[in-house]
Amino acid sequence: MNDTQYNYKVVRQFAVMTVIWGIVGMLVGVIIAAQLAWPALNFDIPWLTYGRLRPLHTNAVIFAFGGSALFATSYYAVQRTCHARLFGGPLVAFTFWGWQIVIVLAAITLPLGYTTAKEYAELEWPIDILIALVWVAYAIVFFGTIATRKVKHIYVANWFFGAFILTVALLHIVNSAEVPAGFLKSYSAYAGVQDAMVQWWYGHNAVGFFLTAGFLGMMYYFIPKQAGRPVYSYRLSIVHFWALIFTYMWAGPHHLHYTALPDWAQSIGMIFSLILLAPSWGGMINGIMTLSGAWHKLRTDPILKFLIVSLSFYGMSTFEGPMMSIKTVNALSHYTDWTVGHVHSGALGWVAMISIGSLYYLLPRLFGRTEMYSTKAITLHFWITTIGIVLYIASMWIAGVMQGLMWRAVNEDGTLTYTFVESVKATYPYYVIRLTGGLLVLSGMFVMAWNMFKTIAAGKAVEGQIPPVSAGSGLDAPAHA
Amino acid sequence: MDINAIRAGVTVAALITFLGIVAWAWSSRRRADFEAAARLPLEEDDADHAREKEQ
Repeated sequence: MNDTQYNYKVVRQFAVMTVIWGIVGMLVGVIIAAQLAWPALNFDIPWLTYGRLRPLHTNAVIFAFGGSALFATSYYAVQRTCHARLFGGPLVAFTFWGWQIVIVLAAITLPLGYTTAKEYAELEWPIDILIALVWVAYAIVFFGTIATRKVKHIYVANWFFGAFILTVALLHIVNSAEVPAGFLKSYSAYAGVQDAMVQWWYGHNAVGFFLTAGFLGMMYYFIPKQAGRPVYSYRLSIVHFWALIFTYMWAGPHHLHYTALPDWAQSIGMIFSLILLAPSWGGMINGIMTLSGAWHKLRTDPILKFLIVSLSFYGMSTFEGPMMSIKTVNALSHYTDWTVGHVHSGALGWVAMISIGSLYYLLPRLFGRTEMYSTKAITLHFWITTIGIVLYIASMWIAGVMQGLMWRAVNEDGTLTYTFVESVKATYPYYVIRLTGGLLVLSGMFVMAWNMFKTIAAGKAVEGQIPPVSAGSGLDAPAHA
Repeated sequence: MDINAIRAGVTVAALITFLGIVAWAWSSRRRADFEAAARLPLEEDDADHAREKEQ
C-alpha cells in the first residue's frame, strides 16, 4: 500500500466478481430461455415470471458481469500504461462496494416488480442516485490516474475507457431524470415520443459506449499484450476512436422505426447507423491485424482465440446492426427474435468473449502466477462457448426471419395468413435450440470459475511494481496534464 | 438566425473537425509520437510476480 505499487486489490475484487456475476446473469438468462420454451417453469410465482426476470438477466449480464469486467480491466490498464497508482484513495474501494450494492439492490427490487419500465434503465430512483455517485467516483479515480501519470502519452485504450466513463455518466443522468412518487416509484421527466427518443438515445449509446467503447479499450490493451506486438496501426486507432464518438450518438432512432417518432429523425438514425459500419470494421481490422506476422500463436493460445474470435463476432454484429437499421429490413426484423439473435451475437460473441480472454490474461498476473491453473480448461471453455453462441444466434436468426415472414403474410382478400400464436408455435423448436446454446455458454462459465479458483488457490495475491520514472524507456518526460 | 441554419452549420463544423482529426492523425510529424505511444503497453515490466517472490 504505497506509491511504488499498483493497486491490484480492486482489480482482483472486480475480476473475481466478473466471473461470479457472469454465472448469475447467464443462469437467469438460461431460466428465462427455458420459460419461453416451457412457460410453466415460472411455477406461477410472481417473482419468477418472465417479465421480472428478463430485466434481472439484462441488468446482471450488462452491468454486473460486463460492468465488473470493465472496472477490472480499465483499472489495470490505466495504471500500467500511466505508470501510476490509482488516484483517489478511499474512492477506489467505494467504486467496488458501491457497484456491488447496486447489483444486489437490482437483484432484490427487479424480481419484486419495482421498475421504471425503461429498458436497461429499469432500476428505481434511489438506486439511480447510488449509480450516479459510484460513476462520478469512477470518473475521478480514472481521470485522476491519467492526470498523475508518469509517462508522456495517454495510451489509446485509455481514450476508449475514458469515453465510456464520461458518456455513461451523461446517458445515465439524462435518461434517469424522473419525478419520485414514493420511495420506489417514479415517473420519467419526459413524456410521449420525447421519452421514447431519450430512452433510445440512452439505450443505443449504452450499446455504443458501455458495450462497445469500454470493451474496445480492452481490445487495445489486452490483444497487444497477449500477442506481444503493438497495435497494427496507432493512427487508425485514433481515427477509429473519433469516428465512433462522432457517429454513435445519432444512431438511437433506429430503435423507433415506424413509430410516432418523426420520419426525418428515423432517417437520421438509419444513416448514422449505416455510417457506423466504417469505424466498427476499421477497429475490428486494427485488432485482428495486430496478429499480423504472428498468426501461428492463434493455433496454440486459447486466450488469443477468445480475443480474436470476439473480434470476428464484433465484425459480424456491426455488419448486421447497420443492415437491420435500414427501414425496409427493420420492417421485417423488428419485434422478432432476429433482434435477440443480433444482441447476443454482440453480447456473447463480442462482449463476453473479449472479457473472458482479458480475464484469463489478468487472473494469473493478479495472483503471482505466469498462467492459469489449466490451459486445457481454457481451450475447453473456448469451444463450449463458441458452439453455444453459434447455436444461439443461428436459431434466433431462423426464428426471427420466420416470425417476420409469418406476421406479414396476407391472403388475397387482405386478411392475415397466420394468427400470432401460430408463429409462437412454429418458434418452439428454435427456443429449445437457443436454450441448448445458452446452457453451453453457462457451463463454460462454470469451467472458468473452477479454473479461477484453482489458480487463486495455487497462487497468492501480489501487487505490481510501478517502474521508476527514469525507466520509462524514452518516455520519461514528466506528465504535462 | 434560423435554427435550421445553426443545425446545418454544426453538422458541417463537426464534419470538418473530424476531417481535421484524420489529417492530423496521418501527418508524418505524428509518426514518432504514435510509435512511442503504441509501444506503451509492451514496455512495462511483466514480471511483477517474480519480483514479489524476492521480497
